Amino acid sequence: MKKVLILGLFILAAMGIQAQGYQIGDKAKDFKLKNVDGKQISLADYKDAKGFIVIFTCNHCPYAVAYEDRIIEIDKKYKEKGFPVIAINPNDPELYESDSFDNMIVRAKEKRFTFPYLMDETQEVFKRFGATKTPHVFILSNNSEEYTVEYIGAIDNNYKDETQVTSTYVEDALDALLQNKKPEITSTKAIGCGIKTKG
Amino acid sequence: MKFRYQLLLLSSLIISIKSVSAQEIKSHNFNELEPILHYQNDTTYVINFWAMWCKPCVEELPEFEDIRKDYTDKKVKVILVSLDFGKNTEDRLLGFLKKKNINAEVVLLDDPDANSWIGKVDKNWDGALPATLIYRKDERIVFTRQISYDKLADSIDKLNNQPN
Repeated sequence: MKKVLILGLFILAAMGIQAQGYQIGDKAKDFKLKNVDGKQISLADYKDAKGFIVIFTCNHCPYAVAYEDRIIEIDKKYKEKGFPVIAINPNDPELYESDSFDNMIVRAKEKRFTFPYLMDETQEVFKRFGATKTPHVFILSNNSEEYTVEYIGAIDNNYKDETQVTSTYVEDALDALLQNKKPEITSTKAIGCGIKTKG
Repeated sequence: MKFRYQLLLLSSLIISIKSVSAQEIKSHNFNELEPILHYQNDTTYVINFWAMWCKPCVEELPEFEDIRKDYTDKKVKVILVSLDFGKNTEDRLLGFLKKKNINAEVVLLDDPDANSWIGKVDKNWDGALPATLIYRKDERIVFTRQISYDKLADSIDKLNNQPN
């Protein structure tokens, strides 16, 4: 009996681990995080947004760096259609100095980010989302401040060479949402740098 | 005498070239790499996905090297799968491994369509580095974050002690 109980608890614990973070169709909670310009940013600030491209990204990770220009292009293209990029650095800067708030400001200037680059100081937001690496994309739709998770995963299917991309997952999902359709592909697996926490 | 000296020099040169080429790093796409994740013999394979720029990966490399040394006579094979990319990756890798004194087998996985293969490594891996797969035949244990020597050793012992 005791063994069964322990096994049951173990399965429950394992399920808990599996269920961590948002799944497709879940309602996402708003957040308030500091941007590189010093201002606090929330999703609710964007009254007219049809949705958001939330990207967990950072300075130090080569995959994140490889996607920087593409993220800028996506923001430019989709911001005016109602889907701005919101970039969030989830890493603990004590573990990676290059991901400190000051270095985020430097990088945002160097690359002329067209989107907010926020710091997840308490590391609560990435955990709530269930982000595990950088870059990791969550597309949200906005229905009067009710945010629904529509897509989770990779930006496209070639981290190394933009010219060799044959599937633009994020753009395809956005194009579908802009036509009031559900994305055909709602989740992909992205390669990335594990998010750094002390715990 | 001079001739003998030259011969010695020449032969040592040949030996050193040979030992360099023995450390050559092969680059694979996922289809070429995949067989090493599914060998059906009585060896336990420890497959670590890592990259030089990944701090936790680099921190745990010595643990894998220690495992390789401590288990040399126990049918355990360590393979480090590097996901490094950029200029002169092979040369940079060779220099790095030499500096860190890592002598385990290293292969490069060069397959940028990551979504197509991450799930084939393990269904529970979502692509965050580092990740480690330990398997013997069809028994598999996966770690999707940094791992210690003790955890590696426990997993290997568990698989090694299983009946065939």
